Amino acid sequence: MSVLLEAKNVSKMFGGLKAVSNFNMTIDKGELVGLIGPNGAGKTTAFNLFTGVYQPTTGIISLDGQSLAGMKPSQITQRGIARTFQNIRLFSELTVLDNVKIAYHTHLNYNLIEAVLRVGRYMKQEREIEDNGRELLKIFKLEDKAGEIAKNLPYGAQRRLEIARALATRPQLLLLDEPAAGMNPQETKELMDMIRWIRKDFALSILLIEHDMSLVMGICERIYVLEYGSIIAQGIPDEIKKNPEVIRAYLGGEA
Amino acid sequence: MNALRKADLKAIIISLVVFVVLQALLSTNSLDAFWQLNIILICINIILSVSLNLINGYTGQFSLGHAGFMAIGAYTGAVLSVNFHMPFIVSLITSFVTAAIIGGLIGLPTMRLSGDYLAIATLGLGEIIRIVIMNVNYVGGAAGFMGIPRHTNFAWAFFVMLFVLFFIKNYVNSSYGRACVAIRENEIAAEAMGVNTTKYKVLAFTIGAGFAGVAGCLFAHTFYIIHPSSFTFLASFNYLIMVVMGGMGSITGSIAGAFILTTVSALLSNWPELRMSIYALILIALMFYRPQGLFGNIEITSLPVLKRFKGGKQK
Amino acid sequence: MGIMDQFLQQLINGISLGSIYALIALGYTMVYGIIKLINFAHGDIYMVGAYIGFFCITILHWPVLPALVASMILTGILGMLVERFAYRPLRSAPRISVLITAIGVSFFLEYTMMYFVTPQPRTFPSVLEDAAYHFGPFVVNNQQIMIFAITIILMAILTYIVQYTKVGKAMRAVSFDTETAQLMGINANRIISVTFGIGSALAAAAGVLVGIYYNSIDPLMGIMPGLKAFVAAVLGGIGILPGAAAGGIILGIIEALVSGFISSTFRDAAAFAILILVLLFKPSGLLGKNTNEKV
Ligand SMILES: Nc1ncnc2c1ncn2[C@@H]1O[C@H](COP(=O)(O)OP(=O)(O)O)[C@@H](O)[C@H]1O
Ligand SMILES: [Mg+2]
Repeated sequence: MSVLLEAKNVSKMFGGLKAVSNFNMTIDKGELVGLIGPNGAGKTTAFNLFTGVYQPTTGIISLDGQSLAGMKPSQITQRGIARTFQNIRLFSELTVLDNVKIAYHTHLNYNLIEAVLRVGRYMKQEREIEDNGRELLKIFKLEDKAGEIAKNLPYGAQRRLEIARALATRPQLLLLDEPAAGMNPQETKELMDMIRWIRKDFALSILLIEHDMSLVMGICERIYVLEYGSIIAQGIPDEIKKNPEVIRAYLGGEA
Repeated sequence: MNALRKADLKAIIISLVVFVVLQALLSTNSLDAFWQLNIILICINIILSVSLNLINGYTGQFSLGHAGFMAIGAYTGAVLSVNFHMPFIVSLITSFVTAAIIGGLIGLPTMRLSGDYLAIATLGLGEIIRIVIMNVNYVGGAAGFMGIPRHTNFAWAFFVMLFVLFFIKNYVNSSYGRACVAIRENEIAAEAMGVNTTKYKVLAFTIGAGFAGVAGCLFAHTFYIIHPSSFTFLASFNYLIMVVMGGMGSITGSIAGAFILTTVSALLSNWPELRMSIYALILIALMFYRPQGLFGNIEITSLPVLKRFKGGKQK
Repeated sequence: MGIMDQFLQQLINGISLGSIYALIALGYTMVYGIIKLINFAHGDIYMVGAYIGFFCITILHWPVLPALVASMILTGILGMLVERFAYRPLRSAPRISVLITAIGVSFFLEYTMMYFVTPQPRTFPSVLEDAAYHFGPFVVNNQQIMIFAITIILMAILTYIVQYTKVGKAMRAVSFDTETAQLMGINANRIISVTFGIGSALAAAAGVLVGIYYNSIDPLMGIMPGLKAFVAAVLGGIGILPGAAAGGIILGIIEALVSGFISSTFRDAAAFAILILVLLFKPSGLLGKNTNEKV
């Protein structure tokens, strides 16, 4: 299998704080990888580096062999990385459907004149994203909420909408930042099944941050463990489970 | 598609009816000169408030420099008409282009700022534009620019206004407008959805500035004279108030805001000081009891009452 | 007069004007620091202060210092009333509504004042004899000495209040984090009210001093200086008291130099140009720290 995302010796400093140091990671096409670690380990920072929200202090991140250095988040999204946010960032005053429609942005190519005169590609493409959007909402059991204002959705539905929205950008790699946070066990289980299914059906790679280790163990093929900004272990779930460093980091830190 | 076209057709018919009625009133001299002028002013102010709404209401970028772009359009148009004897339509288009270009050039660096910083920077830029104009003798300096032909009649004002409304309405209902609204709602998420936020902010600013320029050009050709003091930041406040009063993110609201404020200020024009005190109290009361403005971010076409009459599937 | 002498003279003029801006800017920055409001009515509070001082001197025939103190007290109360009745009810409203309300209050103060005192400018009585003193190359007149002295005294008092008194500490706590301050038992509403009172009193002092310096006051006199003072506050780093003071003085000097050496018509443009440069290159102001949003 070929490598999709590669991070080489990536570090990020915030003032004196080294949030991520010497970070190395590869994700193959179609892989479902987990990134775990205690709070403040630098997981979200890693996502922010992959998506161009922050530029790395040192190191190189590349997608499909091409460096992402200096790119704005929107350019990186256009190249095929989509993400959700740990602290939900929906377009909260807009409808559920409009949230998804915005995410089709880069796939619309009608120009300003066509838009203002509503001719040419405008009509066709607008209808397409309307249909595709509703289709996508159906997958996430949001179809009957299409007209609701996003901020009025229950918490779990908001998290699902964030994933739907990310998928609407048609990514090759989907980054999920603690998608199960705040969900009850039943919702969490459904979400995990859904993630597995998305990966197959949309044929993409997924990198999943989860605070809860047992959860990730169930669905990820490979896992990276981060502590104080450094990767302390990586491997298949069974190896990670037995790794003494991981046990110390988790049990020592959490108990 | 048919539904859309039908809605468009309705809008066109309603606009024409409004135009014919008002034009009839004007032609038969049923309105005195003062109100004839104010009807034109309402059209101009609608252009200003709707175009500012694109920047402030839809894109969420707090601009307080709208009067500056209006000034650019006013002076560009006046110079073309007076010194170069251009047809009015050429003055109007050139006013748009000039104000849009300057708006874009200003927007490019300033759109990095946000919130209050952007507000105060645009306020400052608007004032700089005005002060520069005030120091250019070619356009009359502080004394003002005189002898501008009175090309702006009701028909011009009304149809240019319709064009601007049509443009902005369709703009905000396209991927361009969705990008703007996404920026307003959450800039970081907008970027993450692939929206080049800088591009769309600058674009909204450019278009908004351009239409302010058009309004300025209409304004200049309404009176015989224009004056730098018509374009101070207090004028920008006035257009902002129209937008907020009507509702940020509602075109209907901007129309209502411009209409109400222009009318109120015309009605009270006999009592200059009292007028402003009352105006101020209305403003404060409005913010107390209806901070989201008269229409919030809703359009009249999507109000529940009207929906019932439309019937069938709506957009 | 040589170019150097002229430069030094403009410097003195600039510091005088800058002291006025600084006094107004302090109120702006305190209010912004505590409730994040660009209080566009602040310049009009300064105008009201000038009129109260004017009436104390002309009608009540008070000497200048009691007039100054009376104006500061009454205007301080006015500031607290404005906060109480116009801004406090909107504490949880969108910020744009509060801003529009501030513009409304500004218009209201200007035109209500105009209704009562007419739009004509009033001549402020000359309360100090005209005298100029030579300090080496500098020439300083009585009015300027008074402006410097009063500005320094007021800034010293303000520093004392903010740094050493209980109210001052509470002000800093509320402006740092209103919710936490409230959890610690601080009555945020009272502190915000006090902040408006102090800020307005400082603006009133500036108003009276301007009357003495320029001899003329009118109901719209607050618009431009109010705006300039906000520029000064942003220049120094909004929310930072020494920043407002420094920003005011710097702005005053720049304006005096531009009027003296280029043209007084470009004075205002220069102020705004500086503002925009600062915003573009160091948006947190000269004395501020850059912060960024965590994602
Ligand atoms: N923008 C920022 N500025 C300063 N420090 C930051 C910033 N973002 C994250 N950090 C710090 O970096 C460290 C890692 O944070 P984060 O990546 O959010 O951890 P995790 O997602 O693993 O819980 C924390 O100490 C956090 O405080
Ligand atoms: Mg995190």
